[in-house]
Amino acid sequence: MWELIRINKRKSLFVLILMFILMVSFSGAIGAGFYTYYGGINIDWVPGMLWGTLIGILLWAVQAAVAYFAGDDIVLHFNMAVVVTPESYPQLYNIVEEMKIAAGLAVMPEIYIVQSEGLNAFATGIRPEKTAICVTRGLVENLTRDELQGVIAHEMSHILNRDVLFMTFAGVMLGTITMLSNVMLRGTVFANSNSRRSRKKGGFSGGHPLVILIILLFAIVAPILARIFYFTISKKREYLADASAARLTRYPIGLASALEKIAKHSSVDFVSKITAPMFIVNPRFTGGDEDSLFAASTHPPIYKRIAILTQLQHSGKVSLENYQKLYEKELETSGLFSKTTLESDKSEAARAESTEKITEFTESRKDVADVILANTGFKILTCECGLKIKLPPSDLRMKVICPRCRKELSVSGESAAMSGNGGNELVFMRKNKNSWESFPCQCGKFTFQLSPLFRGTYAVCKRCGTKVKIEYPE
Amino acid sequence: MTFVLIFLVVVVVCALTLFGMYNKLVGLRNIVKNSWSQIDVQLKRRFDLIPNLVETAKGYMKHESETFIKVTEARAAAMSAINKGDVKEIGAAAANLDSALAKMMLTFENYPELKANQNFLALQEELTSTENKVAFARQAYNDAVMGYNNAVEMFPTNIIAGMFSFKQSDFFEIEDKEEKQAPKVTF
Repeated sequence: MWELIRINKRKSLFVLILMFILMVSFSGAIGAGFYTYYGGINIDWVPGMLWGTLIGILLWAVQAAVAYFAGDDIVLHFNMAVVVTPESYPQLYNIVEEMKIAAGLAVMPEIYIVQSEGLNAFATGIRPEKTAICVTRGLVENLTRDELQGVIAHEMSHILNRDVLFMTFAGVMLGTITMLSNVMLRGTVFANSNSRRSRKKGGFSGGHPLVILIILLFAIVAPILARIFYFTISKKREYLADASAARLTRYPIGLASALEKIAKHSSVDFVSKITAPMFIVNPRFTGGDEDSLFAASTHPPIYKRIAILTQLQHSGKVSLENYQKLYEKELETSGLFSKTTLESDKSEAARAESTEKITEFTESRKDVADVILANTGFKILTCECGLKIKLPPSDLRMKVICPRCRKELSVSGESAAMSGNGGNELVFMRKNKNSWESFPCQCGKFTFQLSPLFRGTYAVCKRCGTKVKIEYPE
Repeated sequence: MTFVLIFLVVVVVCALTLFGMYNKLVGLRNIVKNSWSQIDVQLKRRFDLIPNLVETAKGYMKHESETFIKVTEARAAAMSAINKGDVKEIGAAAANLDSALAKMMLTFENYPELKANQNFLALQEELTSTENKVAFARQAYNDAVMGYNNAVEMFPTNIIAGMFSFKQSDFFEIEDKEEKQAPKVTF
C-alpha cells in the first residue's frame, strides 16, 4: 500500500516537470539573449540558447547534488540539532520506533532535538537508508503521548512517501529560477545603460529588442510561476502526509489536537526559507490570512487539516478512502489517491485514546477564564468534539459551525432577550424605556435598536421580517 | 529468418514478464514474513517486561494477587501459542493477554505511591510502548498480507501464484471484543 502511495504522485511529477521546463526555457532564453546581445541581431542564436540551457541544468544539478549528498547534515547543522538516544528521551524514542514499525520501514530514522521553545517538527532524509526526524524541545514538553505520536507519524509519512527528495529537487529548481531572474533583472538594467554608452561611442549594436523583452518577461513571470508550482506540490504533500499519519496511528484526533497546539506556537526562530516546507506546520508563518496564496503558502490552512482529521476520527473508520472523501468535501477539489491505492488499503477502526494521565494545570485555568467570560455576557458552547466555542455578546448568530469538526451547533439562550407569549408572537420586555436598548433578532442578521423615544407596540426585523412585540414596564 | 527473430523476441519478453511477476510475488511474501517476525519480536519483548512490572507492583499492591495470577497465566498461554506458531491461536492468546494487562493497568490507578515510583513509571512507559508496537506490527503485517493476497488473487500474477503454489496468508485479527472497545479511563 505504501509503495502505491509513493507511486501515486503523477500529478506532482507533472508539476515538477513543468517546473523543469520553465527553468530550462528560461535559461535557454537568457543564453539566446546573450548571444544576440554580444553578436548582433543577425547572429544565429540557437547555439546560445543551447549553451544557456546547459548552464541552467548544470547550475541546478550542482545544487541538487550538494543537497542530495550533504543536505541532511546542512539542515540539521543549521538548526543546531542534538541526537536523541533511548536513554535521553525514552518516550520520544519509543514513539518513533512504534511509527517505524507501523510504516514497515527497514531502517530506524535518527532522531534529533532542537533546543527551541516553539512547537514544530521536520523530517529530512533524501536517501532512504539515512533519514532523520527532528523535533523541538517545546514539542516534546507540551504534547501528550498521542499527540506526539501523530506528529511523528506525519513526519514518518514524509519519509515514507519520499517527499523530502521530491521537495528538495523542486526547491532547488525554485532557487535556480529565482537566482537567474535576480541576475537578469539587474543584468538588463545594466545592459541598457551600457549599450547607451557604447552606442554613443558608435560601436556595439545592442541586443535584439524582442529577445530582451522575452527575457524580461521570463525574469518577472518565471519566479512567480515556479513559486506557485512549488507550493501546489508542497500543499498536496502535506495532506498526503496527514492521511498516511492518520492511517498509521489509527488515531487522527491525536494529530488534530497536536496541530491545534502547534498552530499557536509554531514559530522557530532560525528557520531558513529553504527548510520551511519540511516542517509539520509552516515555521515562518507570522499571522494573517491563511487562505491567501502568498501568506503561508508552503502549508495548507491548518484549520482545514484539523477539520478533516477530526471528522475522520468521528467517522469511526480510519482509511485513506474516508480521508479522501473528507478532503474532497473540505477543499472542493478532486481526490488525493488513485483508485488502485484505495483498493489495496485496509480500513481500520479508530483506536481509543491511550490511557495516559495528563496533569493539566492549564485546563483548570481555562475553566476559570470561562466563568469570567460567561459573566461578561459571552455565550459558551461545548461541541461534541470537545471544543469550547466562546461567542462574544455582539455575535448574534443562531447557529454556529464548529471550526474543528464542522458540526452545526444551535446557540441556545440566544433569544433570551425575547420570549414567546403562548402563541407565535415574540415579545421583548423593555427594562428601561428611557435609555437605548438593543437585542438580536432570531435570524441572527439583525439587531433591533430601540431609542429612548420609541414607544411603538411592534418592531419589525429588516432582514427576515419577524415581528416582535415590545412591552413596557409599568 | 525474420519470423524466427520475432518469435525469439516474443519468447524473451514473455519470459522476462514472468520472471518479474514471480519476483514480485516472492518480494511480497518476504515482506509478509518480515512483518510477522516483527510481531514475534514485540510479543516476546512484552513477555520479558511483564515479570519485571509484576515484581515492582507487588510490593505496593498486597490485595491484588488475583489480577497478577491472571496476567501470569495469560502470559504463559500466549508464550506456548507462539511456540506452536499458529497465526489464529496466537491472535486469540494475545487478545487474552491484552485484556488481562489492561485490567492490571486499571488497578494501578488506585495506588498513588506506585505511580510515584520512577522505576515503575519507566516500566509502564516501556509496557505502553511495547503494546503499541505489538498493535502497529499487527497493522503493518495486515497491510503486507493485504498486498500479498491481492497479488495472489489478481490477474495476471495469480497465474504464476497458482503454478508455484503461492498460498494466501491469514490476517492477524484480534477477535476479542474488549480489544475493539478498549477501556476508556478517566482520571
